[in-house]
Amino acid sequence: MTAALDVKGLTTRFETRAGHVTAVNDVSFTVQPGRIMGLVGESGSGKSVTGFSILGLIDAPGEVTAGAVLVDGVDLRKLSKEDLRKMRGRKVAMVFQDPMMTLNPVLRVGDQMAMAVRVHQAMSKSDALEHARKALEVVGIPSPAERLKAYPHQLSGGMRQRVAIAMALLHSPSVIIADEATTALDVSIQGQILAEVRELADTTGAAIVWITHDLAVVSSLADDICVMYAGRIVERGTAEQVIGGPRHPYTQGLLDSIPARHEPGRKLPQIPGSTPQLSRLPDGCPFRPRCPRASELCRTEPPLDVRDGHAVLCHHPLERV
Amino acid sequence: MTDPILKIDAVSKRFTRTPGLAERLAGKFTGGGKPVTVHALTDVSLEVTKGEVLGIVGESGCGKSTLGRVIAGIHAPSSGSVTLNGKPVADERRGNIHKLTTQVQMIHQDPFASLNPRMKVGETLAEGPRYHGIIPADQVRTRIRALLEQVGLEGAYADRLPHQFSGGQRQRIAIARALAMEPEVLVLDEAVASLDVSIQAQVLNLFMDLRHDLGLTALFISHDLSVVRHVCDRVAIMYLGRLVELAPADQLYADPRHPYTRALFASIPTVGTGRGRFEAIKGEIPSPIAPPPGCAFHPRCPFAGPRCWAEVPRLTEAGAARTVACHLNDGGVEMQKGAA
Repeated sequence: MTAALDVKGLTTRFETRAGHVTAVNDVSFTVQPGRIMGLVGESGSGKSVTGFSILGLIDAPGEVTAGAVLVDGVDLRKLSKEDLRKMRGRKVAMVFQDPMMTLNPVLRVGDQMAMAVRVHQAMSKSDALEHARKALEVVGIPSPAERLKAYPHQLSGGMRQRVAIAMALLHSPSVIIADEATTALDVSIQGQILAEVRELADTTGAAIVWITHDLAVVSSLADDICVMYAGRIVERGTAEQVIGGPRHPYTQGLLDSIPARHEPGRKLPQIPGSTPQLSRLPDGCPFRPRCPRASELCRTEPPLDVRDGHAVLCHHPLERV
Repeated sequence: MTDPILKIDAVSKRFTRTPGLAERLAGKFTGGGKPVTVHALTDVSLEVTKGEVLGIVGESGCGKSTLGRVIAGIHAPSSGSVTLNGKPVADERRGNIHKLTTQVQMIHQDPFASLNPRMKVGETLAEGPRYHGIIPADQVRTRIRALLEQVGLEGAYADRLPHQFSGGQRQRIAIARALAMEPEVLVLDEAVASLDVSIQAQVLNLFMDLRHDLGLTALFISHDLSVVRHVCDRVAIMYLGRLVELAPADQLYADPRHPYTRALFASIPTVGTGRGRFEAIKGEIPSPIAPPPGCAFHPRCPFAGPRCWAEVPRLTEAGAARTVACHLNDGGVEMQKGAA
């Protein structure tokens, strides 16, 4: 089976006053059709830049300097600007955190959805509206025909995010990238949307990359998980492998610092220090200064250790029996 | 049980927006242009004892932040009263307000917005206590250093500006600023919500240490149920401006009684292996401008019956030290466990 999305050695750099900053450093992963890949990391880990880099949305002073992004076998990085534009929205779609950034506030929902349909497909306006109505129905919007006539400000935050997801679905893309798509929503609404996203992946066969800082969300939603730290994927595996038996000390530290895993009132194990600035990364493993397992060896580049598809970028991975 | 230090008695808070001239003129033709009233809090009563940490949980628009602000004296209640050691914290008469409220201090969500970027950290910390004469002028410097050390920072950081600190460090500064006023009660409004998990654990540990060392009384407002469970003794669940359930944390988490509390617990993703199921609450949160009649939760409640459509449920006893506002509780109708 060809992977819906195959990212190989993706590297993105930014030119800053402090020098070159590698925001995405040799990132590789694949997502099969119908599967959800959770890309987790804390702020500044490079998870959002990874999403933007996949879609070729990096502008100066940033630049994708290496790697390949294969969508259904086609390398997006080798396409001309015009061909890439044809792929975006049709083959690869993105959903952002704030739906008001995606939706045009002065156009009715139906008009802007129909426009998005007709950019890629020759279709009459009425057919396009019908197509949009069906997409709204798929994401669980009640009385979709009426919502088509609404302006974005007339919808609640949860409804707007559903519209944004429906827009991403218009062309039945092979890959959907969602960047913190439920972070701004209330838990009860988040629950509804996550349930629908899961169903979408199962029924439409779209490959979904779910970018978030929230480990609880990915552990219940995703099939596979990549953990990012300082621009690198430090651990990659199925959700069972990564959450059930983390091998990277950083992943272990993240999981340990979740309050729900401890008896109430107990002191939480904490990762010392804070996330490093990308312009001032230590040599070798970037997690070294905060790592309880660090040794002199960690001043050199950590090796990639793969067992049963569970990959970890570490000199001293945790051993699991 | 000791006497409550903080007493919130039947507090309601309404915000009314009067339309501007243009809107009133347009309203003559469209029939709009009338004042809009948001019922942010309706008849909320709570008592907090000394040394207790009370969690306040709810989704956006439930009034949890408004409650925090009313307690801190930032808003005066529209009706009802908030008293600290028997004295009101807020008074409609403006002159009275700032004298009373130094004993309740608030810590806000966004440490990037709550610290003045042009003031050195030391000045920020010293401003309040100096103005209110809490610390003698000749002791301010030593006290500020001690405060910074108490929250896990270095005393020398007093001469730095906020932009030189990370989010977690700034939240520590915000906590130090609140402590500088030597408050009786702290109100933390989503104080760890904007922090990364690893930093969140650090700040929660700091809060638990301070609580232990200083015997803090606090209201911990949050939407994050796992954080609340970890640091709070009792938890109040709010929905659309009303208190719907109040119980000791261990009892609430073991056996939530209100259908909303149950649904909230069910829709929260937890870290575990294997695919989770999201037992979503159907429907959306109604607007606080036009709350539904009867029980505000009835349009989304799987157990709602005719009585819920018409009559607002009152908070009633549901076992020792816990109350719940639901007709199923007092009407003798037993909820099917786990049916929500």
